[in-house]
Amino acid sequence: MRQWNTRKTLREERIAAGGAFATGKTIDPARLVDFLEAVLRPSDRVCIEGDNQKQADVLARGLAAVDPARIHDLHMVQSGVVLPEHLDIFETGIAKRLDFSYSGPQSARIAKMLFGGKIELGAIHTYLELFARYFVDLTPQVALIAAVSADRHGNLYTGPNTEDTPTVVEATSFGSGLVIAQVGEIVDTLPRVDIPGDQVHFVLDAGRPFYVEPLFTRDPAAMTETQILTAMLAIKGLYEPYGVRRLNHGIGFNTAAIELLLPTYGEKLGLKGKICTHWALNPHPTLIPAIEAGWVEQVHCFGSEVGMEDYLAARPDIFFTGPDGSLRSNRAFSQTAGLYACDMFIGSTLQIDLAGHSSTITANRIAGFGGAPNMGSDARGRRHPSAPWLQAGAEADPDTAAPLRRGRKLVVQIGETFGEGNAPLFVEKLGALELAEKLDLDLAPIMVYADDTTHIVTEEGIANLLLCRTADEREQAIRGVAGFTEIGRGRDTAMVERLRARKIIQRPEDLGIDPLDANRNMLAARSIKDLMLASGGLYRPPSRFRNW
Amino acid sequence: MEILHFDIAAPTPATGTRAMALVGVVASGNLEVLLERSDVSDRCVIEVTTAAHGFRDLWDAVTADFVARRAAGGLRIAINDGGARPDTVSLRLAQGVRMIEEPEA
Repeated sequence: MRQWNTRKTLREERIAAGGAFATGKTIDPARLVDFLEAVLRPSDRVCIEGDNQKQADVLARGLAAVDPARIHDLHMVQSGVVLPEHLDIFETGIAKRLDFSYSGPQSARIAKMLFGGKIELGAIHTYLELFARYFVDLTPQVALIAAVSADRHGNLYTGPNTEDTPTVVEATSFGSGLVIAQVGEIVDTLPRVDIPGDQVHFVLDAGRPFYVEPLFTRDPAAMTETQILTAMLAIKGLYEPYGVRRLNHGIGFNTAAIELLLPTYGEKLGLKGKICTHWALNPHPTLIPAIEAGWVEQVHCFGSEVGMEDYLAARPDIFFTGPDGSLRSNRAFSQTAGLYACDMFIGSTLQIDLAGHSSTITANRIAGFGGAPNMGSDARGRRHPSAPWLQAGAEADPDTAAPLRRGRKLVVQIGETFGEGNAPLFVEKLGALELAEKLDLDLAPIMVYADDTTHIVTEEGIANLLLCRTADEREQAIRGVAGFTEIGRGRDTAMVERLRARKIIQRPEDLGIDPLDANRNMLAARSIKDLMLASGGLYRPPSRFRNW
Repeated sequence: MEILHFDIAAPTPATGTRAMALVGVVASGNLEVLLERSDVSDRCVIEVTTAAHGFRDLWDAVTADFVARRAAGGLRIAINDGGARPDTVSLRLAQGVRMIEEPEA
């Protein structure tokens, strides 16, 4: 007779074995490594939380200290590979296979380890895609998660940085896996319950808050005139004509400049209330002046941002907050919002090729995708109309009758033609392709595919790829905004002028913008201190950004 | 240091009476541009002193584009480059022309 509860039985065995090093649900901190060796089995599928901001850092360190003779060949399924310990476990053989989404700070080391065969790569996912697989074929058997605090029953308070936790716990706990939470403290009464205690099996009092990285703070003092020019082009040439109200911004300086131009340049253009009212966005400090000036109606957040907590709690009409007053973020829901309910994604990349594919992967850095491909893709399952979506659809496909024509999400790449270290943004061959060849991957890690990309904005102008009818037009539209890069200098000048006549390319002067007007005086805040002042002192910048 | 000379036929002479203009700063990723008047109103002479070697083609393209698009005739321009990106070079050159054409304060 078949047993139908082997997974639950295994979980009971894990709970019994772990109980030897715990009192009730509370793990003895001095015996963390023994505990982990007791509950884990070789080849387990394990999720370390591992988000792009908060980290279950104490549990990660504990896992890196287990005996590889006992615990080995783990299959790690985690969204963020961020801490050194996340890769140390592959050096020692504790872990073998990796499925992930994002590896920002570890991008160079992960590349080296992949080339050296230290890591067996499953795939590089988008966030939503990895979360989806948690419920289909990558359900964790053990999850090591992070929260602000717990009560005696194991209920968890995640605070503003809820991020991935509900998704990880849902899949693991209801999939008969084991959930272990690291918390900053154990209290009698929680400010609010983010994760119910019956889904949590063990709690470690780490005695201090989890590690969290400020990822979305862009210092206005570092913004260049060229970035400001690209921001002006985007507002006048895209946000205004399409009437973009629902959107997501990437984390680069160009989009931060757009945020800081709304209350100044945007106001002058009379766009308040007509653009940028509803957002799927992390709490960018550079959005504060626009919020204070009444531009923004609502923002849903993937995560939080260090220093923004008090400001968010003081603006509950704008942000999603709990009964305790603090932000509730949720990466899976916000990614879904960005995919289905936003009309525009605009972000930066490192490389764009002549077809319009873009990638942040270079020969020796594998940064992963995070959420950009979810935001930066047309949702083929979308069925609700909106003006920008219909307009973009009509530009792409003027011949189909309107009731049967799909709309299009605006997917915009924005950047300067030359990036850090004078590296050209436009290339003949993406580093991602070279990587795929070197590692023998079935798929090149493309961040935004050409057929999803609708516009490219550089200091030289805007290329509207929706209006291109042939591959040749598309290539020349891209060359036509590629500035002095080799790609740009290789343009067919006559054809580029013809594309300009059809508004496939628009120059600053075509939009009534004088590049010499792009200066820092236009920014609603010119420093981190200005942002703090704009927030009425509610925004508390991390010390590394305090330079006054 | 690499020193590059350009002497380019300029379709449009710079207007105004200001004798000289200075824009930008010498810093990493930036540049300083000094513009002065010369006697030859249909030429623009540019001398570049740069820390970054091997970018002559790029300077060729940037200076030719500048002279074609801006009123650069009759100007003698000295550039001290700290490894600025081409977009910054174009911007500073345009700012320099605007300044030398402005009336004296």
